[in-house]
Amino acid sequence: MHFEPSELVETIERNGVGASLISVLEEVQTRYHYLPREAMILVSERLGMPLSQVYSVATFYHAFSLVPRGKHKICVCTGTACHVRGAVQVLDRLKARLGVEPGGTTRDREFTLETVNCLGCCALGPVVVLDDEYEGQMTTKKVDKLLKRAMRQVGEEQ
Amino acid sequence: MIELRNPQALVDYCQRIRTAADPQQRRIRVCDGTGCRALGSRRVLARLQETLGEAGLAGEIEVVPTGCPGFCELGPLITIDPEKIAYNRVSVDDVPAIVAKTIARGEIIDGLVFVDPVTGQTIIHDNELPFYTKQMRRVLELNGEIDPSRIEDYIAHDGYASLSKALYKMTPEQVIEEVRQSGLRGRGGAGFSTGLKWRFCRQSPGDVKYIICNADEGDPGAFMDRSILEGNPHSVVEGMIIGAYAMGATQGYVYVRNEYPLAVQNLRIALKRAREHGLLGKNILGSGFDFDIEIRVGSGAFVCGEETALMASIEGKIGEPRPRPPYPAQSGLWGKPTNINNVKTWSNIPLIVRNGADWFSSVGTENSKGTMIFSLVGNIRNTGLVEVPMGISLRELIYDVGGGVPGGKEFKAAQIGGPSGGCIPKEHLDVPIDYESLTALGAIMGSGGLVVADEDTCMVDLARYFLKFTQEESCGKCVPCRIGTRAMLQTLERICAGQGREGDIEYLIELGQEVKRSSLCALGGTAPNPVLTTIRYFRDEYEAHIYDKKCPARVCKGLITYEIVAELCSGCMVCARNCPAGAITGEKGQPHVINPQVCSRCGVCQSLCKFDAIVVY
Repeated sequence: MHFEPSELVETIERNGVGASLISVLEEVQTRYHYLPREAMILVSERLGMPLSQVYSVATFYHAFSLVPRGKHKICVCTGTACHVRGAVQVLDRLKARLGVEPGGTTRDREFTLETVNCLGCCALGPVVVLDDEYEGQMTTKKVDKLLKRAMRQVGEEQ
Repeated sequence: MIELRNPQALVDYCQRIRTAADPQQRRIRVCDGTGCRALGSRRVLARLQETLGEAGLAGEIEVVPTGCPGFCELGPLITIDPEKIAYNRVSVDDVPAIVAKTIARGEIIDGLVFVDPVTGQTIIHDNELPFYTKQMRRVLELNGEIDPSRIEDYIAHDGYASLSKALYKMTPEQVIEEVRQSGLRGRGGAGFSTGLKWRFCRQSPGDVKYIICNADEGDPGAFMDRSILEGNPHSVVEGMIIGAYAMGATQGYVYVRNEYPLAVQNLRIALKRAREHGLLGKNILGSGFDFDIEIRVGSGAFVCGEETALMASIEGKIGEPRPRPPYPAQSGLWGKPTNINNVKTWSNIPLIVRNGADWFSSVGTENSKGTMIFSLVGNIRNTGLVEVPMGISLRELIYDVGGGVPGGKEFKAAQIGGPSGGCIPKEHLDVPIDYESLTALGAIMGSGGLVVADEDTCMVDLARYFLKFTQEESCGKCVPCRIGTRAMLQTLERICAGQGREGDIEYLIELGQEVKRSSLCALGGTAPNPVLTTIRYFRDEYEAHIYDKKCPARVCKGLITYEIVAELCSGCMVCARNCPAGAITGEKGQPHVINPQVCSRCGVCQSLCKFDAIVVY
C-alpha cells in the first residue's frame, strides 16, 4: 500500500495536537503494516517533536516495524507453555520453509514470520496465528499443512 | 437506556432485572473467551443459533456468550441451564445432536460430558466438576456465568452495589480502612498492602490525582488479567471507581496489552455501558462524584508492566523505568499523585466493600489473605485458570485442581511467577502458597503464572529460555540489567551448546546476585531468579551439561544426537526429503542414516517418522 500524506495529516488532526505519539504511530502501523520513513518525518513536523524522539519510540516498541511487512502474518507463540510443548520445532520448521528469520518477510512480500511472547491460549500450545486465525496444538506436520493452505490462498488471490 | 441517578434507582433496576429473569429459562452458555474462540467456539455459537432457529426454538432458548470459566483444556465449553449440563470439546458437528437430544428431549450426550480420567466417573453438571469443586471462586465467580457485554447481567449479580455503598454510606477514609483491614495485597507480583498504598495516594497533596489499572500482563503463561477483562470487565471498572472515590482521583487509565484485542473490546463496551447508566463519568449515581476511565493500549514491551515504565508509556514516551522514590503516590503520571494496581487487585475491591474486610480475610494465611488466581500451564492435565485460597499447598494445586502431569510422566518442577519467578522442585510440593513461603524458596507469587515442567523438561534450557526473554525485553537503561543479563545468557547458551566450563555455575550465581541487587527496576531485579533457583535445586543438571556434556532431559541441541534405528526404519524417505540440513541419506526401502556432522538437531525427522525409528540420546 502506498503512503498517503494527506491521510496521515487527517489522522493527526483527528487525534488533536496534544495527541499521544504512540496512538498516532499505532494508526500508521495498522494502516500500512509498517512505519514509512516519510510518515515518521511528517509526524515529527506535525506534532512538533524532534524526529529522534519519534524514532526512539518507533524502535522501542515491538508493535512497530520500520520495514514493510508481508500481506500475511504468521505468528508463532513462544510463551512458556508453548515452549515446553515444542514451539521451537514449530518455529524452526516455519523458518526453514519460508526461508526467513522471525521478523523477516519473504521475498515475494507475501508472508512475514513473527513470534509473540504469549497469547494466553496456553491450553492449545504450541499456537500459530495465521493473520487472525488461531491454530492450536501445532506440530511440524500441521505447520506444513497450514502453509500449504496459506500458499494456495495466495495463489488464488493472484 | 436507563440512567441511574441515586442508590434507590440502582436497587430498583437490579430488582426489575431479577424479576424479569426466569430461573427456569433454558439457556445455553457458550465460552467466548480467547482460548475457546481459538478452538472454534464462535462457529459453535453461530451454528447453535442457526440450528435453534431452524427448529423454531430461537425465541425460547437464549444463547449466551460468556467469559472464560477457566477450563481451557476442554474447550470449547458449553453449559446448558437450568440443569447446568456441561459439555466439553464441542464441535460444530455436535450442535444438531445437542439441539435434537438435549434441548428437545433432555437427553445427555455421552461423548460430550466430562469423564474423570482417574476414576472413570462421568460428571454431567458443571458445578460438580472436580476442577471447579476444589477451587474457591470469588473474583472468577461470574466468569462463565454472565454475558460481559450486558451490564444488566452484572447488576443482577449485585454489580455496582458496592460502589453505591461506598459513595453513600462510607467516607473515603472508611473505604481505605476497610481495604487495609482486609489484608489485600497487590496481586500484580510485589504484594504490597493495597490499603496502605491507597492511603499514601490519598494523603499526597494535589488536586489532580490519577489511578491506573495495570493490565499489561506480559508474563508468558499468565492470562488471568485478560480473562477477567474479557469475562467480567465491570468488576474492574467498579473497583476502579471505588478506588478513585477513596483516593480522590478524577481520571483513570487501563493499560492493556495490544495482544489482547478481545479484552480491549469488552472493556470498551463495559465503559460505554457504565457511562450510559450514570455509573461512570460526571455525577456518578447522583453523588456529585466525577470520574472517568480511558483505555491505553500497549505497544508490545514487557517492561511496561513496571509501574514507572507504564506511566512513561501512557505519557507517550518510551517505556523506560525511573528510580523510585519519588513513588507514584507522590509523583506519578504527569508528575501527579498516582496509584497503580493490577487487574485482579481492582476486581477484589467490590467484593471487599460488599462483604467486609472480615469476610475477605477469613480465607488465607496470616500474612496472605483472600484467594489467588493461577494459570496452570505447561505439562499439566487441566490447563486453565483457577482461583484457590491462599495457603493451599502446591501439591493440592497441581494434583487436585490441576489433575497432575499427563502422559504418565514425572513431575519435575513448577515455575511460579514467570520470568521473574523461580522454580520449585518436587521436595517442596507441600509448601503453602503465600507471598512469604514462595519468596523463601527463591520464587515469587508474581502475577500467578504457574508452569509445570515434567521429566522431559531440561531445567538449564528453561532457565535459558526465561533469561533470553528478559534479556530481550530489558529496556537497556541501566547497565546491570542490560549487560548483566546478556553476560548470563551468553554463559547459559554456551552451557546448553556443550561448551560449559568449570566455574560457570559460580559465575552465574555471583553475577545473578549482583544483577538482582543493582538493577534499576524489578525486571532486572528479578530476571536472575529462574537461573538462581534452577541452580539451587537442579545443580546436578548444570553439572551434567558442563562436565559430562550430557543433557539429561535430551533437550539441548548441542548435547544430543539423533539416530535412526535400522530395524525400525522402512526406508520411506520422508525424513530424508524433509531434513532441512540434508543430513539424512539412504536408498528407498533401505534403512536411512543421519550424518551427525551435518544434522542441525531440529527434530523434524523424528516428528515426521511414522515408524518411531528415530531416537535421541
